[in-house]
Amino acid sequence: MPSVNATKRTVLGVRPDPSVDVPESKVALRKVRRSDIYSALGSLAASLALTGLIFTTLTPFNGAIGFLVVWFVSFVVFYALLTSFDEDAQAVRDRIAGVVIRTLAAIVVGVLVFVIVFTAGKGWEVLVNANFFTQDMSDAGPLDPLIVGGIIHAVVGTLIEIAIALAIVIPLGLAVAVYLTEIPSKFSRIVRTIVEAMTALPSIVAGLFIYATLIMILTKQQSGFAAAMAIGIMMLPIIIRSADVALRLVPGTLKEASYALGSSQWSTVRYVTLPTAKSGLATSIILGTARGIGETSPVLLCAGFTAAMNWNPFEGPMISLPLAVFEFVKSPEPTMIARGFGTAVVLLGLVLVMFVIARYFGGKGPGALSKSQLKARQRHSARDLERITAANEQSTSMSSDRKAQ
Amino acid sequence: MTIVAPSGPKGDLDGADSDVPMAITINRGRQDNVFRTLAITAGIVVLVIMGMVGVFLALRGAQALGVAGWGFITTQSWEPDGGNFGIAAVLVGTLLIALVAICVAIPLAIGMALFISEYARGWLKSTLVSLVDLMAAVPSVIYGLWGFFFLQGQMVPIARWISTYFGWIPLFAVDGDDPTDPLSTATVYTSSTFIAGIVVGFMVMPIISSVMREVFSQAPVGEREGAYALGATRWGMIRTVVLPFGRGGMIGGTMLGLGRAMGETIAVFMIISIVFYIQPHLLQNGASSVSSLIALRYGESTALGLSALMAAGLALFLLTLVVNFFASIVVSRSRSGASSDA
Repeated sequence: MPSVNATKRTVLGVRPDPSVDVPESKVALRKVRRSDIYSALGSLAASLALTGLIFTTLTPFNGAIGFLVVWFVSFVVFYALLTSFDEDAQAVRDRIAGVVIRTLAAIVVGVLVFVIVFTAGKGWEVLVNANFFTQDMSDAGPLDPLIVGGIIHAVVGTLIEIAIALAIVIPLGLAVAVYLTEIPSKFSRIVRTIVEAMTALPSIVAGLFIYATLIMILTKQQSGFAAAMAIGIMMLPIIIRSADVALRLVPGTLKEASYALGSSQWSTVRYVTLPTAKSGLATSIILGTARGIGETSPVLLCAGFTAAMNWNPFEGPMISLPLAVFEFVKSPEPTMIARGFGTAVVLLGLVLVMFVIARYFGGKGPGALSKSQLKARQRHSARDLERITAANEQSTSMSSDRKAQ
Repeated sequence: MTIVAPSGPKGDLDGADSDVPMAITINRGRQDNVFRTLAITAGIVVLVIMGMVGVFLALRGAQALGVAGWGFITTQSWEPDGGNFGIAAVLVGTLLIALVAICVAIPLAIGMALFISEYARGWLKSTLVSLVDLMAAVPSVIYGLWGFFFLQGQMVPIARWISTYFGWIPLFAVDGDDPTDPLSTATVYTSSTFIAGIVVGFMVMPIISSVMREVFSQAPVGEREGAYALGATRWGMIRTVVLPFGRGGMIGGTMLGLGRAMGETIAVFMIISIVFYIQPHLLQNGASSVSSLIALRYGESTALGLSALMAAGLALFLLTLVVNFFASIVVSRSRSGASSDA
C-alpha cells in the first residue's frame, strides 16, 4: 500500500533562511483542548441537574447558600470523574486543585463586590435627595421623612478630624521612616520592631488611651481634636511601616551615586531618596488616610455623638461619617436605617476615591515615570543635547579660530 | 578572606600589611547633624508615644487591678461597682470570634493568594492585587452593616443545619431550640459568635492574603522550573515548591490576621448581643469581646468602672501586641528586608 507509506514518511522541515526576516510567533505553552472544555461543561450541567433534583424533589433542603455548596461539591465530583477517564491521578488532582483555588478566589471577589453593591443599593434612595448633602440632623426627628435632615455635619467632622490627624502624622511618620532607612542602628531596629508590632494596635485601645490621658486629665470633654489624636495614633504605625517599605525600595546605587558626587546625607535624602520614592510615599499616606477615615471606635470614645454642626474641633462633640452610620442604624426606624446606608455609601465613595488616587500614584515602581512625565523628560534631555552640541560646536569653532590665528 | 584584628600592626603603606583598614573620621556638616538629630528625635518620639499607650493604660487600670486581684482573670461577670468583675468571659469570647474568623479567612486567603501568584496573568493579576488591597481599606462599619442586615439572615439556616446534625459537639450545641419543631424561632441563632466571626474573617482575609501572596511569589524560579522539568503538574509544583517555601509567610500572615481579628471593634459590636458569661456555643445568640465591652461601657460614671475598662483595654493591648510581635518576626524571617540594588 504505497499511499499509506507515503504519508508515514518523515518530512524534514525547511530551515528558514536567516537572511529573510520572519516575524517570531509565540508558542502557546498551555493549550486548552476540546475535551477539557467538554468535561467542564458536562460536569457543570450534570451537577446543576443533580442539585436541582436534590433540592426540588428528593430532599426538603432549601436556601441559596446550601444550593451553591451542594452544586459545587457535586461539580467537583463529576469533574474528577470525567477527567479520570482520560488522565492519570496526578492530572485529576491538578484539575481539582485548580477548580478549588479558582472558586475560592471567585468567592473573595464576589464578597467584595457584593458588600459594595449591597450598600450602594440600599443607600441609593437617600442619595437622590439633595438635602442629604446640605443639612445636618438637628432639625430632623426620628420619624421625619428623608426630605429633612442630612449628614453635612458628619462630612465636616470627618474632614476636620482627618486633617488634624494628618497634619501631625505626615511629618512625624515620614521623619521616622527616613530615620529607619537612612540611619540604621541598634536603636532603629528596636523602633522598627515596636512600630511593626503596633500596626495591630486595636483602634479602640488607641481611643481608650486618648480618653484616659487627653480627655480625663486635660480637657475633661469629648472633642474632635481628641478623636483626631486617637486616629493619628492608630494611623502612625501603618504609615511608618508602608513608607519604610517604599523607602527601602529605592535603589542603593542611586544613593551611592549621590554620595560619590560629594553630596551630604541630607541633600541625598532631599534630592534623591524622597523624590525617587515619591509615589510609594504618596500611596502609603493615602492608604493610611483611608484606614483612618473609616475608623469608628476612636471617634465613638473621643468625639461623641451630635446631631448638629460643630466647626470647633476643641470644644463639644463632633461626629464623623462612620460614627454617623453606626448611630443611624442603631435606630429601629426604617428611614434612619436608610440614612445610615446613605451615609455608608458616601463613606465608601470617599474611601474608593482615595484608593483610586493611591493606585494612580503608586501603581509604578520607585522612580518610574508616567507617559507624560516620560515625554517631558525626553523633551528636556533633547534640549540639553541641543545645548551641549551647540556649546561644543562653539568651542570647536573658537579653538579652530584660535588655531587659524 | 582576611580578618584583621583591631589590635593588629599599624598599616604600612609600602609593607605587606597595607590591607589594614584606614581609620575613617567623618566630618558631617551642620546641616547633616541637624537632619540626623531631627530624625533620631522623631524615632524617640514615636517610641515614647507607643510606650505611653501601655504605661498609661496600666497606670489607669492599676486601681481596678488592685481591687480585683487575680480574680480579674478568672471572674466572668462585669459589675465593677459591686467589686465583682473580670475578663474571663470577654477574653474567651474574643478568642472564639478570632478563631472563627481565622477558620473562615485562611482557606479564602490561601486560595486568593495562590490564584494571584500562580494562576492569574497580566491585567487580571494586577486588578486582583488592587481588589484585595481595596478590601482591606473598606471601613469596618460597612462590613458590620453587611453582616447585620444581610449575612445574618443567610446564615441562620446554615447555623440551624449545623446545630441539628453536629449539635453533639459541644461547640455547635444550641440551648433552647428544638430542631424537630418547625415553628421554633430563629432568634436563638442570631447575634452569635459564628456570624461575628464570619464577618471579621472577611475583614482580616486581605491582610493574610497579601502577606501570603508576597511570599508565594518569592518562591525561587529554579525550583519551580525544576519541578515542571520533572513532570510535575501545576498543583504538584505548588504543593512541593510554593507551599513549603511560603510556610513561614503563611504562619506569620495568619498570626497578623489573628491580631487584627482580636482587636476588631465596631463590626463585632454591631452584630453580637454581649453577654458576661463564657459562651462556648458558637452558634447561639450571645457572644462577648473585650473591644465590644469597652465600646459598650466607656460611659461608666464611676472611677472604678473606668479603671476596670482601662485594665481590660490593657489586656487586649498586650494580647494583640504579643501576637503581632511574633507574627512580624516570623514574616520578616521569611523574606529579606535588605535594600534592593537595581
